Amino acid sequence: MSTATERDEVVKEPSMLKQKEMIADNYDRLTRAQELGLKVSSTYVPGNLNELVMCFDMLNNLPEINAIQNGMRKKSGALIMDAEKMGHSEDVCTYVKADIGNMAKGAIAPNGKPMPVPDLLLLSYTGCFTFMKWFELLRDQYGCRTVMLHVPYEGDGKITQNMRDYVVKQLKEEVIPTFEEVSGVKFDIDRLREYLRKSAEAEDNFVWVLESAKSRPSPIDAYFGGVFYIGPIFTAFRGTDDAVEYYEILRKEIEGRLAAGEGPVTPEGDMSEEKYRLVVEGPPNWTSFRDFWKMFYDEGAVVVASTYTKVGGVYDYDGFRHDPDRPLESLADYCLGCYTNRNLPTRVDMIEGYIDQYRADGFLVNSIKSCNSFSAGQLMMMREVEKRTGKPAAFIETDLVDPRYFSPANVKNRLESYFQMIEQKRRGGGPPARAA
Amino acid sequence: MKCYIGIDLGSTTTKAVLMDADMEVLGQGITNSRSNYETAAAVAKQEAHIGARLTLFRRGLGDAVAGKNVDELMEDLELNIRLEQFLEQLEDLRATCASHIRDGQMGVLEALTEVFERINAEAPGMFQRGARRRSDFFRDIAGSRVMYIGEEVAKTAGVSFETLLNLYDKSIIDVENRPPEGDIAAKYRRALHRVVESDAHLKVDEKIAQEAMRKAVEMELEETYVVGTGYGRVTLPFPKEHIRSEILCHGLGAHMMYPETRTVLDIGGQDTKAIQVDPRGIVENFQMNDRCAAGCGRYLGYIADEMNMGLHELGPMAMKATKSVRINSTCTVFAGAELRDRLALGEKREDILAGLHRAIILRAMSIISRSGGVTEQFTFTGGVANNEAAVKELRKLIHENYGDITININPASIYTGALGAAAFARRAVENGAGETAA
Repeated sequence: MSTATERDEVVKEPSMLKQKEMIADNYDRLTRAQELGLKVSSTYVPGNLNELVMCFDMLNNLPEINAIQNGMRKKSGALIMDAEKMGHSEDVCTYVKADIGNMAKGAIAPNGKPMPVPDLLLLSYTGCFTFMKWFELLRDQYGCRTVMLHVPYEGDGKITQNMRDYVVKQLKEEVIPTFEEVSGVKFDIDRLREYLRKSAEAEDNFVWVLESAKSRPSPIDAYFGGVFYIGPIFTAFRGTDDAVEYYEILRKEIEGRLAAGEGPVTPEGDMSEEKYRLVVEGPPNWTSFRDFWKMFYDEGAVVVASTYTKVGGVYDYDGFRHDPDRPLESLADYCLGCYTNRNLPTRVDMIEGYIDQYRADGFLVNSIKSCNSFSAGQLMMMREVEKRTGKPAAFIETDLVDPRYFSPANVKNRLESYFQMIEQKRRGGGPPARAA
Repeated sequence: MKCYIGIDLGSTTTKAVLMDADMEVLGQGITNSRSNYETAAAVAKQEAHIGARLTLFRRGLGDAVAGKNVDELMEDLELNIRLEQFLEQLEDLRATCASHIRDGQMGVLEALTEVFERINAEAPGMFQRGARRRSDFFRDIAGSRVMYIGEEVAKTAGVSFETLLNLYDKSIIDVENRPPEGDIAAKYRRALHRVVESDAHLKVDEKIAQEAMRKAVEMELEETYVVGTGYGRVTLPFPKEHIRSEILCHGLGAHMMYPETRTVLDIGGQDTKAIQVDPRGIVENFQMNDRCAAGCGRYLGYIADEMNMGLHELGPMAMKATKSVRINSTCTVFAGAELRDRLALGEKREDILAGLHRAIILRAMSIISRSGGVTEQFTFTGGVANNEAAVKELRKLIHENYGDITININPASIYTGALGAAAFARRAVENGAGETAA
C-alpha cells in the first residue's frame, strides 16, 4: 500500500494530489487525536475493517503504512538498526522493526508530529502470524486494549459457510462489543450499511481502473502505479466520500489516457513504448521504489497485473464487493478473501488468469526476504505458472523496507536478463549458432 | 575482413573473443579487470587480436609445415610473442619506477636496475613450454618477481626494500593501463625468426613462414560489431543495443561449445548462475545468488589471500586431501574466520580446502535446483571451472543428485560469456542492426 506523498514526485495527476491531501488530513487528525477528542484504533491492511472502525467515530492508524512511509522517505534503515540493537533479530519482518524503531524514537508521523497512543489494537487478519506477534509487542509497549478476529485460512481454496459464520460470530460477540466499550459509541448497523455502500461504489471504479490494463498499450502500471491506486481502498479511507471521489477522478484520468492511446504515467512523465507486459507477484521494494520502477520503465516494461494490489482484498478474481445487504457477512468475506489468505493453487490460478486476460509476455516474482506469508511457495508457484502458460518467468529478491537487502546492480542484472530473454524468445532466437 | 567481437567484463577478469563471419573463433584474450574497465576491455581485445593474427598465420601456412610440427611451432610462437610483450612492459615499468627516484638516490637507482636486469634475464625461462606461471597477467608476474628479487637485492645493496616496493606501487597502475606501443608487425617477425632458429627440427622454411606472417599481420581486422556483457557491461562505452546480459551470453556461449547443453552453471567472481537453455541456446530460465557473493570465485580469492597462496594453487592442494572438512559458511566475509577456526582445531590445510570446495559446489547445487535442476547435458563455465577440486565435487554431486549426466567443461570455458557476446554481435548484423562499429 502506498501513498502519493513522495516529496519529489515529478508528475502530479489530480488523483495524486487528491490522495496526497487525504493522507495529509488523516495524519493531521491522527496526530491531533487527543486535541480533537478522537479515539484511535491501530490495525493492518489485509482484511482491515475500516467501515466498522468508522462506526465508532474512531480513527484508523495502520502501522504497515507508517513503515512504508518511513521506507520511502529513506528513514527505515536507521529505524531497523535501532530495533536490532534492542534485540530484534535480523530475520524479523522489517515492517515490524521499522515500526518498533520508530516507536523508540517517539513514533513520529510523516508530518513530523508524534503519533497518538492507540486506544485499541484491532487484529482483524491472522493470515500473517507476524501480525499477531507485532501487536503483542505493541500491547506490551502501550498497555492498551486488544481485540483479535481469528480468520481461518482458505486451505481448500474457498470460503465455507462455517468459516463465514465463525468470523461473523466473533464480530458480534468480540469485536463490536469491545469497540463499543472503548469508544463509548453504540453500534448502528445502518451506519455500517451506508459506509459499505460507499465502499462498493469506490470498489467498482477501482476494479475498472485495474482492468483498464487489459488494453494495449496499458494506460496504467498495475504494480508501481498500482500501489498508489490501492492507497485509499486498502487503508483508512474505504467507505468515505473522499474515497468515492478519488476513484471517480482516477477513473476519468484513466479513461482519458485510454481514449488517447497513452501508456502509464511514470515519475519521469509518460511511458513511451510498451515493450513487455508483465504480471508481478509479491510486494515492491519501498526503500528504492523509484529506482526499482525506473529499471522497468527504462526498458519499456509495464506491469499489467499484480498480486500485491490484491493484498488488502481481492475484488477482481471472484468479484467480491462490500455489500450493504449483508454487512457483517461481507466484512467476513473480505477478511477471508484477501490475497495471502488464499491457498497456493488459488494464487496460481489467479496469476494464470491474469497472464491470459491481460495478454502478458511473462511472469515475475519479487520475493521479499521479510515476508513469509508472501514468499513461502513462490518458486513452486512460478514453476507451475510457467508450465501452464508457457510464458517465461523470472525471480528477483529484495526486501520491503530494509535498504540493506536491495542490491541495485544485482536486481538490474536479473531484470535486464529477463527482458532480453523475453525478447529473444519472441524472435525465436535468430539463426542457429555454429559450434565454436 | 569482417570481425565480430564479444567482450565479457567480469568483476575479476575481462575476456574478449574475436569471431569471423563464419562464426569461427579467430582469437581470445584475457586480462585482469583492475579498476579501469575501459582499459581492461581494450587490453583484452588486443590480446584477442594477437590470437587472431596467429590463427590467420596458421591458416596462411597451409601445408607448408608438416602437420604434427604445426602445433609445436604455434605454441612456441605464441610464447615468444608473450615474451616480447612482457619484456616491453617490463622496460616500461623500469623506466617509470626510475622516473620516481629522487635526484641523488644513486643507490636506489642501482638496486632498481639490478632487480630489472635479473627479471629480464629470467624472463625467457618463464615463457618456455611447460613453464608454470602463477598467473598470466603482467601485474601478477612482475609484482611477485619484484617482491622476491627486490628483497634479495635490497639486502645486499643496503637500500630499503620498502623504497623499492613504493616505486613499484607508484608505477604499476600507469604501466598496466598503458597499451603496448611500437611496431607490432616487427614484433611478430622477430618472434617468428627466433622460433624458426631455435626450433630447427621443425624444418620451417622461414621465407614462406615470414610471407604468411606478413599477410596475417597486414590483414585488416574490421570491428564490424562489438557486443559487451558481464558485470561491468554498463560502463563500456557502447550504445545500449551493444550490451547484452551475461546470462544470455553464457547460455548462448555454452550452447555453441556444446549444442546439446540444456543446463549451464557459471561460477564467476561474484555471481553464481544456473541457466536453462533450449535446443537453440535460448535462455528459458535462470537463477542466481542474491547480493551476497558467498561461495563465488571471490570467496576462493579471499581464501587464497588468507593462505598466502595463488588462486590457481588452491585446487591442486585440495586434491591432496584425504578427507573433506565440513564447512558451514561460504560467506566471503567470514572466509578467514572459518579457515582459522578449522586450522585451530588441528585440521590439515588440504582437508579444509577440500571442504571449502565442496561447500561452494553445494551452494551452486541449490541454485541449480532452483532453476529447475538438471535433466540433460550440463556445462560448467566461468573461472571456477578451471579449478580441478571444484570440478571433482561438482561431478560427484551432479551424479548423486541427477544421475548419469554428461558434464562438459571446456578448457576455454572462461571465454564462454565473451563467445556468446561475439555470436550476438554476428547475429545483430545478420538481423540488420546496421554495421556500426562500437
